[in-house]
Amino acid sequence: MVDITLTVNGAIRTGSAEARKTLADYLRDDLELTGTHVGCEHGVCGACTVIVDGLPVRSCLMLAVQAAGSEVTTIEGLAPDGGLGPLQQAMWDSHSFQCGFCTPGFVMQATALLSHHPDADEQQIREALSGNICRCTGYQSIIDGVLLAARRLRQPAGQGE
Amino acid sequence: MKLPQFDYQAPQTIAEAIELLAKYEDDASVLAGGQSLIPLLALRLARPAVLIDINGVSDLAGLSLAHGQVTIGTLTREYRAEESDVVADRLPLLAAALPLIGHAAIRSRGTVGGSLAHGDPAAELPAVALALDATFVVRGATGERIIKAPDWFEGYLTTARRPDELLIEVRFPAAGPGTGASFVEVARRHGDFAIVGLATSLTLADGRISDARLALAGVSDVPVRAAEAEDVLIGEQPSAALFGEAARRATAGLDPPADLHGSADYRTKIAATLIRRGLRGAADNASERQANG
Repeated sequence: MVDITLTVNGAIRTGSAEARKTLADYLRDDLELTGTHVGCEHGVCGACTVIVDGLPVRSCLMLAVQAAGSEVTTIEGLAPDGGLGPLQQAMWDSHSFQCGFCTPGFVMQATALLSHHPDADEQQIREALSGNICRCTGYQSIIDGVLLAARRLRQPAGQGE
Repeated sequence: MKLPQFDYQAPQTIAEAIELLAKYEDDASVLAGGQSLIPLLALRLARPAVLIDINGVSDLAGLSLAHGQVTIGTLTREYRAEESDVVADRLPLLAAALPLIGHAAIRSRGTVGGSLAHGDPAAELPAVALALDATFVVRGATGERIIKAPDWFEGYLTTARRPDELLIEVRFPAAGPGTGASFVEVARRHGDFAIVGLATSLTLADGRISDARLALAGVSDVPVRAAEAEDVLIGEQPSAALFGEAARRATAGLDPPADLHGSADYRTKIAATLIRRGLRGAADNASERQANG
């Protein structure tokens, strides 16, 4: 076991992990943050995407010990007060879901995209989300939700739709 | 799928990493970005006894331009190279290839050196390195070796790196304003490994092609240089007819593998189409770069 300290959703977390434990499993099993979903477990499906030091990362392709000293944001960290963040609200309003299993990964990937490219257009959104393609389709409404969020985030406060 | 057990080592310097490699040799795998190695572990296709994680070796990351060469440290993340002005200005072929590697979340962690040391024949970066005649610098307990790209790729996921050596950096010749490039590929979905991919770099001087470099991915167990096409192109003016002839020559002797993604015949046809498309794209890019030059 290796001792690690990392910041998760703003809180400092200290623990220890077997070197072979992925960040995804550490978040889910040790920190009980089960919003990060584990799908394929070999980096294909994108369901386990989290944000590490500002970048979208497949948490099944990173060891927990490699996250020591890093700042990790998971789906639970987007709306700590239990409400919905602006992207989540826009996806809610656009019915950007079918079964919902892949949703946390989509939300984290889109969050990372919009934080780096607030002016992302549909083509950039499609490219960014192409790594999260899941099984039950419904992608169109996901794109709509992210586009809506981007539009709302660009608007000055007080000019809601 | 959980990862198998391994002994985990996290050296902080190049010297420590090399010491560990000398000690464990074949029993160890080097962990860089992990975007290929960790899936291999998960699928039990790799079972190293020791994992040497070089992510803490900060001397291995960096990108610099000097003496007409762009030197990329082995641990340079793909997204860093993608954002680099040096790459955009002086390595148009690498700039064209990077956005096609996996997805954004893969490029956050994936490294230039890691992909080249992994040596997947269907990946983008090996074709780029072969086309540009990149130079690989490896270091082991007995010293440093410099290996040219054609000698680097020895077979499927096999490179000239010896088990006790570490890939330190890769050097690419920097392109001038007359050089344009394109990377084109056919994949089932964006971000998938290409069924066939093509790296193209063309240099134009007074309207004629003075240098042509083409390397195909996905048609053999190593990336393949399309030398026959290059011979046809040198000294000529870019035209659809010329590019068609280059495609015909380059694919005449091709014997690509067949799998469920495509037959050998299908891959050959894709290669011909990509050569025409890639040459057009590279020629257009060369004209644009000359105009902006």
